[in-house]
Amino acid sequence: MDWRDQIFETLEGHGVRQVYYVPDAGHSKLIQRCQLSNTMKAIVLTTEEEAMAGALGAWLGGEKAVALMQSSGVGNCINMLGLSKTLRYPMLMIITMRGDFGEINPWQYSMGQATPEVLKAMGTMVFEVDRAEDVQATVNAAANMAFEGQTAVAVLLKQKLIGAKNFVGKKQP
Amino acid sequence: MTGRLKLHRRAVVKALLKDATDDLLVIGGLGQCAWDITDAGDRPQHLPLWGGMGGTVMMGLGLALAQPAKRVLVITGDGDMLMGIGSLATAAAQRPTNLAIVVLDNEKFGETGNQATHTASPGLGPTDRGAGTDLAIIARGSGIADCGTVTEEDQIPDLVRAARTVTGPVFRLVKVMVETLPLVMPPKDGAYLKDRMRQAILGYV
Repeated sequence: MDWRDQIFETLEGHGVRQVYYVPDAGHSKLIQRCQLSNTMKAIVLTTEEEAMAGALGAWLGGEKAVALMQSSGVGNCINMLGLSKTLRYPMLMIITMRGDFGEINPWQYSMGQATPEVLKAMGTMVFEVDRAEDVQATVNAAANMAFEGQTAVAVLLKQKLIGAKNFVGKKQP
Repeated sequence: MTGRLKLHRRAVVKALLKDATDDLLVIGGLGQCAWDITDAGDRPQHLPLWGGMGGTVMMGLGLALAQPAKRVLVITGDGDMLMGIGSLATAAAQRPTNLAIVVLDNEKFGETGNQATHTASPGLGPTDRGAGTDLAIIARGSGIADCGTVTEEDQIPDLVRAARTVTGPVFRLVKVMVETLPLVMPPKDGAYLKDRMRQAILGYV
């Protein structure tokens, strides 16, 4: 099975009901499956930090949430990630990496390279995946730790796994 | 210019929360709104915020989606609403019929020395002026169909109906006076506030 479908089925298996996202090409198939799901609500955001507060509301009401974003969006979440630490509620994040292995857009390097460190600085546990065969087990482990441990856990889907964004065919100015 | 602003925030909030039943869940934005909802009577169905500025509407949205049979009332200030302005569009896209958002707009950042927010009039002096930003128009433009502005005492009964019973999403901008009021502090432990609300709603933590 494709690892994107494995993520969807793992989230479904954990009973995730609210899927907060700012789109990323690497998440597009997963987002579409969540949008078409009968059990999940797919919630498009204007900025990634909205997911940190939305997940709190979900947990207060007895629902599990997940946040999908690309690594540049992690920077938008930092202050709001403190909510999960202070109130002790699950904050599961699945993050597609940019500015990582093979990236040819240098504007992505700064936040991409800082992503694991800034997450860890906020007390978020971080698991990095760069092989397709490790995706399902890692997302499952992260979901168990987030929902049972009521804490913030991030899975970073590295560019060795998802591939660097291909700009081939784009016209040079 | 405060002569324009006639309503007392604590009286407005007391009216909004009068005879609250267990199915009224309230998120109070950090600063004065957290003190206001506590002054009206602290309940386990209240989440008064000590942080998370800009996230108040999103907390209400997540809760409203999880608990469609209960009413969720977000009470927050103009500063918090401006910081999370995009969350109005995010909430509108979900069309939560049980969500009401009430913004108490005193045109000031009240917790930090009453600096003017963007909602203050543009025609004032350098320390008091804003842009005349109208949060009700922004909410309407974000896709929330039922929006309104409350400036007068005789609009309060309609405001309470909108906040408590009218099909959502509902947005009301309430223009309130700048006042120095006694701090009425809710519990500060975030994990405790979360757990007591879950216990009240779900029957378990």
